[in-house]
Amino acid sequence: MPQVSLTVNGKPASAEVEARTLLVELLREKLGLTGTHVGCDTSQCGACVVHVDGMAVKSCTMLAVQADGAKVTTIEGLAAADGTLHPMQEMFREHHALQCGFCTPGMVMTAIDLVATHPDGLTEEQIRHGLEGNLCRCTGYHNIVKAIAAAWPLMHGKGMPAAAE
Amino acid sequence: MYDFAYQKPASIADAAKLLADPEAKALAGGMTLIPVLKQRLNKPATVVDLSKLGLAGITVSGGMVAIGAMTTHVTVARSAEVKKAIPALASLAANIGDRAVRYRGTIGGSLANNDPTADYPAAVLALGATIKTNRRSIDADSYFQGMFATALEPGEIITAVEFPVPEKAAYVKFPNPASRYAMVGVFVAKGPKGVRVAVTGAGQNGVHRHTAFEQALTKSWSAAALDGIATPSAGLNSDIHGSAEYRAHLVGVMAKRAVAAAG
Repeated sequence: MPQVSLTVNGKPASAEVEARTLLVELLREKLGLTGTHVGCDTSQCGACVVHVDGMAVKSCTMLAVQADGAKVTTIEGLAAADGTLHPMQEMFREHHALQCGFCTPGMVMTAIDLVATHPDGLTEEQIRHGLEGNLCRCTGYHNIVKAIAAAWPLMHGKGMPAAAE
Repeated sequence: MYDFAYQKPASIADAAKLLADPEAKALAGGMTLIPVLKQRLNKPATVVDLSKLGLAGITVSGGMVAIGAMTTHVTVARSAEVKKAIPALASLAANIGDRAVRYRGTIGGSLANNDPTADYPAAVLALGATIKTNRRSIDADSYFQGMFATALEPGEIITAVEFPVPEKAAYVKFPNPASRYAMVGVFVAKGPKGVRVAVTGAGQNGVHRHTAFEQALTKSWSAAALDGIATPSAGLNSDIHGSAEYRAHLVGVMAKRAVAAAG
């Protein structure tokens, strides 16, 4: 069976996998990182989004062997060692950007990528378009959009946004 | 998913050898192949990963934009060179699938698969691009051979796509509101190969040219030139998302919008 070695949340990890093992299965079942969720398993919902070499991708649509040698960040890798939340997580909390929370890990990982790739600003329309690949079945998009807009100045070092309503 | 053997060859020659086996499948970005494998719609003995063949990259020179087969959609969408030379192509790439798909999906994968609702085939056909493979060059008009069918032979691998820079071009699609695939997408171009109009999403045989629109736009490049030219619904898809007649109507609307956007 193929052996894969990768860096997950800053730490080296390796495991023996089948060729057909998906990256999300490696993360959840072999490495015990169950923060990454499997929602639809058909590449549509985005609950499984993780960062692979800095890119937000669907870990249910990538083979574990394709991630050999890659640097992977999951939702577990965002908070600081002392437990301080990533600004995006903090804004999701502040704006109550979740109902059941199932889609949240993928939403947060996509949102961080979205903010990071828009250093010059991010409109509400761009946020909504950017979330095209992430589904929230509670239809809680409104607060998710607010949280992402609020995280933008924090991630780009522009100070604190206005408090939540 | 059925299990398979995984190979990641380091040379095109080795990849071609592996892919000469009819039981082998090429893996580019995997945005179609992996979902297909998960649904057990395909059962390859070997999956051949093309990511180590050095096929990614963009070069623009001499009125030609060459895009390596393993170049991802996001790379094309963000390329300053593509945005300058063929903005319609960068904008098409920026609207394929969703963000996560665009980080993995590749131009070569899209063209080899030739999904009848894919975006890139419309650009390739309308711009009169050339598909470069490990064996030959294939012009766009002979490359697309129907739904999921192409001129590629077993063991033949797309290495790059060469687009002649047009004078004007634009792509407008009507995405299915749920899947975001093009129900109808129209790419219009006026360039070194003349005026060409390619339609994706609508036809039962995949991407095709719209010669009536091409003739009208050759006489006068304006949205108004398409007034009164009916698109026959014969041969167009009819499904729960829309009838063939509806799609025929959309072809006209998308084409006019594309001509207006191209300026």
